[in-house]
Amino acid sequence: MNTATTTDNNADRKHGVRKELFVDGYEVVIGIEIHCQLNTESKIFSSAPTDFGHEPNSQASIVDLGLPGVLPVLNAGVVDRALKFGIGVNAELGLFNTFDRKNYFYPDLPKGYQITQMANPIVGEGYIDVVVNEGEKNEYPKRMGITRAHLEEDAGKSVHDAVDGMTGVDLNRAGTPLIEIVSEPDMRSAFEALAYIKAIHQLVTWLGISDAIMAEGSFRCDCNVSIRKPGAALGTRTELKNLNSFRSIERAINREIERQIDIIEEGGKVVQATMLYDPDKDETRVMRTKEDANDYRYFPDPDLLPVRIEQHTVDSIRAAMPELPVARRARFEEALGLSEYDARILTGSRQIADYFEDVVAEIGQQDAKMAGNWVMGDLLGALNKDDTDIIDSPISAKQLAGMLARIKDDTLSGKLAKKVFAALYEREGGDADDAADKIIEEKGLKQETDTGAIKAIVEDVITKNAAMVEEYRGGKEKAFNGLVGQVMKASRGSANPQQVNQILKELLG
Amino acid sequence: MSELHLLSTQQLITGLQDKQFSSTELTEHYIKRINALDGKINSFITHTSETALAQAQAADEMRAQGDKRPLLGVPMAHKDIFCTQGVLTTCGSKMLHNFVSPYSATIVSNIDKAGMISLGKLNMDEFAMGSDNSSSYYGTVQNPWNLERVPGGSSGGSAAAIAAGFVPVATGSDTGGSIRQPASFCGLTGIKPTYGRVSRFGMIAYASSFDQAGSMGRSAKDCAYLLQPMIGHDPRDATSIKHDMPDYVQDLNDAEAAAGDKPFDGLRIGVAKEYFSTGLDAEVETAVRTALKKYEELGATIVEVNITDPEITLATYYMLAPAEASSNLSRFDGVRFGYRCENPTDLIDLYTRSRSEGFGPEVQRRILTGTYALSAGYFDAYYTKAQKIRRLIVKDFEDAFANCDVIASPTAPTAAYKLAEDLDPATMYLGDVYTIGVNLAGLPALSQPVGLTSEGLPIGLQLIGQYWQESKLLATAHLFQQHTDHHLQHSAIAKETV
Repeated sequence: MNTATTTDNNADRKHGVRKELFVDGYEVVIGIEIHCQLNTESKIFSSAPTDFGHEPNSQASIVDLGLPGVLPVLNAGVVDRALKFGIGVNAELGLFNTFDRKNYFYPDLPKGYQITQMANPIVGEGYIDVVVNEGEKNEYPKRMGITRAHLEEDAGKSVHDAVDGMTGVDLNRAGTPLIEIVSEPDMRSAFEALAYIKAIHQLVTWLGISDAIMAEGSFRCDCNVSIRKPGAALGTRTELKNLNSFRSIERAINREIERQIDIIEEGGKVVQATMLYDPDKDETRVMRTKEDANDYRYFPDPDLLPVRIEQHTVDSIRAAMPELPVARRARFEEALGLSEYDARILTGSRQIADYFEDVVAEIGQQDAKMAGNWVMGDLLGALNKDDTDIIDSPISAKQLAGMLARIKDDTLSGKLAKKVFAALYEREGGDADDAADKIIEEKGLKQETDTGAIKAIVEDVITKNAAMVEEYRGGKEKAFNGLVGQVMKASRGSANPQQVNQILKELLG
Repeated sequence: MSELHLLSTQQLITGLQDKQFSSTELTEHYIKRINALDGKINSFITHTSETALAQAQAADEMRAQGDKRPLLGVPMAHKDIFCTQGVLTTCGSKMLHNFVSPYSATIVSNIDKAGMISLGKLNMDEFAMGSDNSSSYYGTVQNPWNLERVPGGSSGGSAAAIAAGFVPVATGSDTGGSIRQPASFCGLTGIKPTYGRVSRFGMIAYASSFDQAGSMGRSAKDCAYLLQPMIGHDPRDATSIKHDMPDYVQDLNDAEAAAGDKPFDGLRIGVAKEYFSTGLDAEVETAVRTALKKYEELGATIVEVNITDPEITLATYYMLAPAEASSNLSRFDGVRFGYRCENPTDLIDLYTRSRSEGFGPEVQRRILTGTYALSAGYFDAYYTKAQKIRRLIVKDFEDAFANCDVIASPTAPTAAYKLAEDLDPATMYLGDVYTIGVNLAGLPALSQPVGLTSEGLPIGLQLIGQYWQESKLLATAHLFQQHTDHHLQHSAIAKETV
């Protein structure tokens, strides 16, 4: 059979029109559940810290340990964050939301039940607009439905290699706040699934409600995959778990599609199951089937009162919402005249966009393109190389703007600016906003614009490079560039290139 | 000083203030009695005599230095459902036979802060599930009035200890009558406050939407003294409610000062025929009706009210409370604390054997009932329906209170019975028939003694109040006690000197 790459049969660019994407004549249907940790300092129902990476069980309070007699108290910070998310996905908000208990036994679940929201979630139906295959030739927009999003507590972790012959339990993660985001089964390929997941990932980090670090498990995706012949009822789905990178999501979905097609083509039936993706073997395998499924016996948690959210609370959160990626990108294109590509890169994260706009605020909108080029090219390039986030950039937005101002007023040539940038990046100019000026002053990187001074250098170069002058006069245009190079070298790069050209031409007649 | 243990809380406070005796002498007196006599009734699971004596000494020193906290140095004891830091906390179960709590319940800390001295932890039905203290892993408790009789439950140890003169007051908890029924059986006054009045943090949960801690003593005023430090909003309990903070003792003093010959002038006492139904013992009915006559003599008006059929109430309770319990008790799994079976072969074995061996039959019965009620396919027929009936019960009480100020009834259909090996659970549950409606509605209620049967067993009258009106309830009992002496009768054990 063919590999499970998808083909785009009908590149309709309107939202809401189903894309016809088939693999070997099968339509793929994917729905996604994302467990996203909310970045509150303390846990959802206790005052223990949520920090990652500490000694086992050092971040668990008596509440997290589920000791006899303890009670949960809701952390108000998670409510605000969930509401931000709900507004961000254009959802109906659960102004009356309640907590339920999901009962099952597992060693990493101290109380024998998980507190979650079943009957009345905090976020109802909504949607998010995504671009599939973004940046590729075959990119297209699509609106993905969101069924609901609800608050719940994370479980602890079983540790299998810490205690000899036994399984250890680390409850540091127990009680970490999660928002579980449930999508409609709207995705028709691994690429669509990826586009959706990336859009949600960008949104939650953009809103500042989650660190969403997949490798640390603070952003976890479960993908429900099924296939069917076009027009047929939904096929039996399997749930892919343990997907901890964008790459494994894409691969796991495609492997699972292949597996299901193989089963059906061979006359078999897909069994509803939870699948584990093994990135080393690049295969999916059955973890448990529906027969092993628990009856979770959901019922309202009598320890927690219903959460009633006042409209004015929603209004004030809505008023404080940051401009979202799609809107900001459109504004960058329209108001700042950036290209679609530039606007996309500069809205890659809220921090990048904020940084860029801070620079623009200093130097003015008319130079937004120049600012964008420096941020995208030199700055992001250097930061990527050092694996540094823009929030930790060694060059502040004001410092970069200060340097750009010196380009504008001809103090710096492009070449000198690169030197100043490198020095700024090494923090040679210190913390002050005018660090660029300091560097220019100390290193003598000021562009030479005194016509008399440049003329003296040019005259000197002409005298010392008689052969080259002859060549030029003999009609060899290239020799002129050689002479310019000599002048720049003699000025140690400080001479204004335009002036050098002009004076050289004058003197050579 | 041989009769120190027969003094009321107020007399103890006065005696300490007037230096008639010290807290150390008082504490020693109680400890001596417990050591000599508790072998007969088994009311304590854990003694904290050493720390109690140290605290008593400290209390005496503080008092000498001018510490004016009224309850400073007054002994008490806790039902073993309340977590006490550094002290074994068993909840009457093998499951917690080794659980030394690393923290204290909010009410335990509050009572500590009031300066009271805890003599130990009191026996109880396992996880508060039971009505005669027979389900305790630590053995049955005998009624100090008649050692062949049960003390009631689940706060049977608390009731027996007070009735025996081992402590003047004790904490209890009430999910379906667990304070009021043992108070009735042991000739005491016991109050279950409005749901949300007292923090549940650190009280081991049986049925979270019903459980409420309260106080027990010989008189309404004893109850008021102990209840005072227990109440108040607790940020660690989302269901504890911010409300006015009454001063119960002051309120009783004010009511007493204002009372004339007819202290109950204007008080409308609701009586519901549903509370005088079949199964009610004739002697109990007579004593309750006599008490109501007394209330009338003292100025009260008796009005007829209707409340929900107690049998429907009973069924509703025994659907919802076990449902919550089945989930609340899931944390006892042998993994982190408490009982763990020997040599588990795998995880499922660890769970099933730890829980089968650690929980007694009554607890297992309620876990199974509750699990069933919450199961897929049964949830709507049982749990959801019961929740709807619960709302109707609340409504019926509201309607009744439109015509009266308090509702009176027998606390239990009978006086203390003999422990029968073959008592089937459904019959035992019937004993809760008058008390559980209050828990379904979250209302405050108390039981007070109103006489003895021909066999000399105490009979209790239940008074149900409107939300947050504990003061009114306590006053309705206190002013009655000013004109009667039922609460001054003492059990056989209390009369023993050591």
